Amino acid sequence: MALLELKHVVGGYGGAPILNGVNMAIEQSDIGVIVGPNGAGKSTTLKAIFGLLKVTGGTIEFLGESIANSLPDKLVPRGLSFVPQEKNVFTSMSVEENLEMGAFTRKDDFSETMQWVYEMFPVLAEKRRQPAGELSGGQRQMVAMGRALMSKPKLLMLDEPSAGLSPRYVIEIFETIVRVNQEGVGILMVEQNARQALAFASKGFVLAQGQNRFTGTGQELIADPEVAKSFLGG
Amino acid sequence: MTELIFFINQVVISGAVLGCIYALGAVGITLVFGILRFAHFAHSELMTSGAFFAFLLAALFASWGIVTPIPLGFVVLPIAMVMSAIFALGIDKGFYAPLRKRGAKPVILLIASIGVTLMVQGLIRLFFGAGSYSFFETETKDVFRVDLAWLGSTRPLVITEPQLLMIIVTVVSVLALHFFLTRSRLGKAMRAMADNADLAQVSGINTALVVRVTWIVAGALACMAGTMLALDVTLKPDLAFNIIIPIFAAAIVGGLGQAYGAIAGGLLIGFAESLAVFNWTMVLRPLNGVLPEWAQLPATLSFVPTEYKLTVAFVILVVVLLVRPTGIFKGASS
Ligand SMILES: Nc1ncnc2c1ncn2[C@@H]1O[C@H](COP(=O)(O)OP(=O)(O)OP(=O)(O)O)[C@@H](O)[C@H]1O
Ligand SMILES: [Mg+2]
Repeated sequence: MALLELKHVVGGYGGAPILNGVNMAIEQSDIGVIVGPNGAGKSTTLKAIFGLLKVTGGTIEFLGESIANSLPDKLVPRGLSFVPQEKNVFTSMSVEENLEMGAFTRKDDFSETMQWVYEMFPVLAEKRRQPAGELSGGQRQMVAMGRALMSKPKLLMLDEPSAGLSPRYVIEIFETIVRVNQEGVGILMVEQNARQALAFASKGFVLAQGQNRFTGTGQELIADPEVAKSFLGG
Repeated sequence: MTELIFFINQVVISGAVLGCIYALGAVGITLVFGILRFAHFAHSELMTSGAFFAFLLAALFASWGIVTPIPLGFVVLPIAMVMSAIFALGIDKGFYAPLRKRGAKPVILLIASIGVTLMVQGLIRLFFGAGSYSFFETETKDVFRVDLAWLGSTRPLVITEPQLLMIIVTVVSVLALHFFLTRSRLGKAMRAMADNADLAQVSGINTALVVRVTWIVAGALACMAGTMLALDVTLKPDLAFNIIIPIFAAAIVGGLGQAYGAIAGGLLIGFAESLAVFNWTMVLRPLNGVLPEWAQLPATLSFVPTEYKLTVAFVILVVVLLVRPTGIFKGASS
C-alpha cells in the first residue's frame, strides 16, 4: 500500500476538466517530482490532492483511505501538508507565528517540532521575531516549508519551491528537501528546474494536458531521449 | 487656568469618550472586514441592539430591586455582550453565510448588510417605538467635580461616572483584545486568516471557527460601544446609525483590517470632532479686553458648527487617504 495513490484522477475548476486521468503512487521514502509544460495541470494536481478543487473522477487514497474532496483541516491532521507556490507565508506575522499556524491542528505540545524546524533552518531561529514579509525570497520559502512541517506530515507537497530563487538558493532549497526526506517525510513536488530536480527524484512524472506522459525514476526520465527532447529542452 | 480646565472638560474628556465609542465600533468593522472582506454596514445595528439588550436587562434588574454601586448599565454589560454575540452569529448564519456559500461578491454582502440594518432598526422601532430612553430614569448619574481652585481655576474638572467607567472599560477591553490577538491560538489564527485566507485554509486552520469567533468578538464589542453611547447620551432606535460614518471613517483611516489602526482611528476622529466643534471664544474671551471694538470675538467661534460635525470624519478620511492610501496602519486596499 502506497502512502499516496492517485488513480485516473479527473477534476477541474468547474468548467472543462483540467486533469484527465492522473496516476501516481508515492511512498514515505520517496521524493516525487512532477514536471511538464506550463498549463499541464501540475499545480492543479497538488490542489486536487489537497481538496482545493473538485475531483469528479478516479480515486485519491492516502494511507489506504479515500481522501478525494476532503478539506485541508481534515487532511493536515492525517499527515498531509502543502506549500503553495505563491503567497505562502503570513507576511504580517512573525516567523515564529507562521510556524505556530502550521501547528494549528495539533493539540499536543509542538515545541520539539519547532526546535526541529529551527535546526533545519538555523536562519529562521535568528529571525523568529521578525515579520515574515521582511525576509528574502529564499528565507520566505524556508518559512513556508517550516510552517508545513510543523504538523509533522508524512507527505509534504511543494509547488515550485525554487521559483524565483537565485541559483545558489535553488541548490540550498533542494538540499534541504533531500534532508527533510531523509528525516522520514515523503515529498511530492512540482518543479520547473526539471533536470536538476529529477536528478534526485526517486519518482518522476511528466505531465502534459492533464495526463501522465511518462513515469519512472528521475534518472530514467533524464536518460529517456524522448522526455529529454520534448520536456527537458534537449 | 479656568480656560484650560474648560478646554479639558469640553475637548479632552468628551473627545476621549467619543473616541472610545468610535474605537470599539471600528474594531469590529475592521475585524469583520479582515476575515470576510466586506464592509459590514449593519454594525451600527449591532451597537444599537446591544444597547437595547443592556437596557432591558438593566430594567429587569431594577424591577427586581437590585441596586449596585455603579450604574446598572455597566453591571449588565457582560450579559448583554453575550446576547449580542449570539445575535451577531445568528445574523451571519441567517443572511451572510448563505451568500458566502454561493460565492457572493463583497458588494452583494455589503448590500445585504444594508438590508439587515433596515430590518433590525425596523424591529427595534416595532418594539420600542421611535422615542428615546434613558438608563438613568431610576438611577442618578453621578457627576464627579474635581475642585481645582488650588490651581487657580474657578471651574471644576467635570466627568460623569459613566464617562469615567467607559474610559476604564475601553482600556481594559483593548488590552484584552491585544492579548487575545497576540497570545491566543484562535486570536493568532484570526490574524493569519486576515493576512492570507487561502494560506490559513491550507494550514489546516478551521476557517469556519475563525469566522464565528470574529462575529462573537465584533458583536460583543459593538454591544459595549452601543451601551456606552446610550449611557453617555440617550438610547434611541437610530442611536448608532447616526454615527456609522465616523466609525467607518475610523476603520478606514486606521487601515482596514488593522485592529490597532481602528483604535487609533477612532480616538483620532473622536478627539478631532470634539476639537472641531469647541467654542474657542470661551477660552479666548480674556482677549476681548485688549482687542479693539471692531475685532471683538463672536459668541461662538469654532472650526466647524456643531451641526456639521459629521464633516470632520470625512475631511480626516480624505486627507489620510490622500497622504497614505492604505490608512495609518497600512491595511488592505481591496
Ligand atoms: N483557479 C483556476 N480557475 C480556473 N482555471 C484554472 C485555475 N487555475 C489554473 N487554471 C487552469 O488550469 C490549467 C492548468 O493550470 P495549472 O496551474 O495546474 O498548470 P501548471 O502545470 O501548474 O502550470 P505552470 O507551470 O504555469 O505552473 C491552465 O489551463 C489554467 O488556465
Ligand atoms: Mg503551477
